[in-house]
Amino acid sequence: MILDGKAPTGPIETSWDRYRFDTKLVNPANKRKYKIIMVGSGLAGGAGAATLGELGYNVDCFCYQDSPRRAHSIAAQGGINAAKNYPNDADSVRRLFYDTIKGGDFRAREADVWRLSQVSNNIIDQCVAQGVPFARDYAGYLDTRSFGGAQVSRTFYARGQTGQQLLLGAYSALSRQIKAGTVKMYTRREMLDLVVVDGVARGITVRNLVTGEMESHWADAVCLATGGYMNVFYLSTNAMGSSVTASWKAAKKGAYFANPCYTQIHPTCIPVAGEHQSKLTLMSESLRNDGRIWVPKKAGDKRPGNEIPENERDYYLENKYPAFGNLVPRDVASRNAKLMTDANRGVGTTGLAVFLDYRDAIQRVGEKTIKERYGNLFDMYEKITDENAYKQPMRIYPAPHYAMGGLWVDYNLQSNIPGLFVLGEANFSVHGANRLGASALMQGLSDGYFVIPYTIAGYMATVKPGEITSDHAAFKESIDQVNAQTQKLLNINGKKTVLEFHRDLGKIMWDNVGMGRSKESLNKALSEIPKLREEFWQNVKVTGSANELNQQLENAGRVADFLEFGEILAADALHREESCGGHFRLESQTAEGEAMRDDENFTYVGAWEYKGNDKAPELHKEPLQFENIHLAQRSYK
Amino acid sequence: MDLTLHIWRQKGPKDNGKLEIYNVTGIDTDQSFLEMLDVLNENLIKDGKEPVAFDHDCREGICGMCSQVINGRPHGPHEETTVCQLHMRRFKDGDEIFIEPWRARAFPLVKDLIVDRSALDSIIQAGGYVSCRTGGTPDANTHPIGKPIADYAMDAAECIGCGACVAGCPNSSAMLFTSAKVAQLAVQPQGKVEAVQRVKSMTAELKAQGFGNCTNHYECQASCPKGIDVKFIAKLNREYIKALVK
Repeated sequence: MILDGKAPTGPIETSWDRYRFDTKLVNPANKRKYKIIMVGSGLAGGAGAATLGELGYNVDCFCYQDSPRRAHSIAAQGGINAAKNYPNDADSVRRLFYDTIKGGDFRAREADVWRLSQVSNNIIDQCVAQGVPFARDYAGYLDTRSFGGAQVSRTFYARGQTGQQLLLGAYSALSRQIKAGTVKMYTRREMLDLVVVDGVARGITVRNLVTGEMESHWADAVCLATGGYMNVFYLSTNAMGSSVTASWKAAKKGAYFANPCYTQIHPTCIPVAGEHQSKLTLMSESLRNDGRIWVPKKAGDKRPGNEIPENERDYYLENKYPAFGNLVPRDVASRNAKLMTDANRGVGTTGLAVFLDYRDAIQRVGEKTIKERYGNLFDMYEKITDENAYKQPMRIYPAPHYAMGGLWVDYNLQSNIPGLFVLGEANFSVHGANRLGASALMQGLSDGYFVIPYTIAGYMATVKPGEITSDHAAFKESIDQVNAQTQKLLNINGKKTVLEFHRDLGKIMWDNVGMGRSKESLNKALSEIPKLREEFWQNVKVTGSANELNQQLENAGRVADFLEFGEILAADALHREESCGGHFRLESQTAEGEAMRDDENFTYVGAWEYKGNDKAPELHKEPLQFENIHLAQRSYK
Repeated sequence: MDLTLHIWRQKGPKDNGKLEIYNVTGIDTDQSFLEMLDVLNENLIKDGKEPVAFDHDCREGICGMCSQVINGRPHGPHEETTVCQLHMRRFKDGDEIFIEPWRARAFPLVKDLIVDRSALDSIIQAGGYVSCRTGGTPDANTHPIGKPIADYAMDAAECIGCGACVAGCPNSSAMLFTSAKVAQLAVQPQGKVEAVQRVKSMTAELKAQGFGNCTNHYECQASCPKGIDVKFIAKLNREYIKALVK
């Protein structure tokens, strides 16, 4: 099936403005008759729930944490892009649009990216109005810095805690609506099913994580803003509770999953230290503004960084990509780090790391300035590694970080199931095959504050409020299904823990579907995942009962979903016989070892329809047209 | 290294709790404290026993979810460090470690080491925001804010809302938490407009939620994993007095 992205046609510059004029409106007095469910309370969900509540809709907002302030958006560090051109360095909406399309390796929809670029400026205004303490210069104006994949300085930041400050801004807007009664907040709830009646999304089934009780919630539209799925790799930079569960349950109810193989491996993370490690910690990409990345020229050189003289260091990014240097996009930086460690030129005890060196920057601007710019990151690094990065180079290595794939949505952010909208990282829409730095925060807030409030109105205007509520039999059916799966998990009483299964899955995914993938490795993953899944359902051990706070049960459900989803991710990677952004097929590279796209055969979004665990999923395509930016090989040299 | 752990176990808010003793062996100094507890839990599950329930999420020291009192100190012995960023190299082989939940009347216990901190959300809901609508805001550079003020606001805004200040305070006061938000907004032009109403309603909510008063013990600052300064409490007091005379 050919999917219709419903993007406005005509001149791109006015596409969003024309859309907003053409879309139906809901009269303010009628808005309060409608109920909207928002699952997730991060940048997209928190901002979306707050804005929809403010407009007058009744919003029920759900999160699995104890407070909406803990959504994983809070962990983003470096910054948020906007096309303000405050630094007077030739930035514009068009340039942000161009960089994002090109950075995404021409695998995103043009109109969506234009809209993102256009509203980026409103986001900064909005956050400043909320009191978000962005960095400022001495004259009192907003400060910016540069990020990977861009040659202008357009990244706004709040020390190394930009995600935290933006999330707290959205959380404060949300808190205001909770107080006003327009948003009802449900914390410590996990969505375990989407309720669909006659092909239309009508509500969700959630588990109260404190009491274990299953609850039915109905609404006139359901929005998912549940983040990414990178914990499918087990070790990732995501929070421990981040899962694919909500999206995957929706996929099992018919929502298409788009581009699942587009995963981002972030180049600047703290390297793995031991086998008990539970997660990886990201260090902001902004570190690459001042830090220089290098490895020893000689393979097997195990001397500490400070003892390796200048002429024996290889600043490989600066040498290979002189125009962008250390600020090449994330996939390029990650892949080159892997090339170095594969060639036995990695550093540290494991050899799975490269140096990020501040020696020259400290000589240039002084330790005080560096401390001001990145102090908390240096502290964090020291806590984890026990090394002082002011005195010796940091060690960094790529780690699974961000999911560009997600549920398929059209320009309205609506999935192929009417009434189901998907926001932020949970959808696939604007990043293409590779997310540039500082664009995830932008997308979350853009979708939440400035897109969904407009697009959902077009849908609401077509539905009768409260037509189907939780009295409908489909809700009971959904609860019965979820209960049956829960009971099944508890009854297995096998020998292996949930964590052990998750670790095994992560190893399959990282080794075969990670930074470099081949037909052979992907087929291997596709044969191993079903075996592991079968073992899981025979041999997992889940303690406790369903009627209490049971973290093992929560994790078991999430890993069960990853064990199904991992297979569709690998299947997508296998079918896409081209290298694209962070998705690097070993069979498809240029003579210089750069990623090689195949525009003739793969200029489309691949959206998968789930057909059952024992059946192959069906691929649907949405062809992508590039009318404003010409398809070209990406080059950062 | 090998350790003896004394961990607070309590099935639910209505049950009696007590410290139970567990031994863990072969702990690596590079592991985080929570990874050490993961090892314990894996062993417990394999023995058919119930693992210890504890709150945690980002494990990067920023979400504010972790909440354990270790040897009598919220977030443990290392200053300005959340439990998830506390590493085992801070302990010695053979150590006995006492692990308990946050204790405060406003934080009812949920299970084992998990407590309910929604009272902190209620304080923010009482007015910890600028009442601006989405859209229609002026250009961000319209109102310049001097760097020292922006820095001051950012120092306050760094609070992660974990509640360690409450757990560390002999009065279970949430003044540091509340003052951080009050101060962040009161010094910036956007937040000044509502400053009077904000400090009044947030302070009232603080009392309503069952938090104690501040009597200048400074334990909140000592417990804070983000080093939030007690100077913000002084700022809150000044804002409050100003509000009373208005």
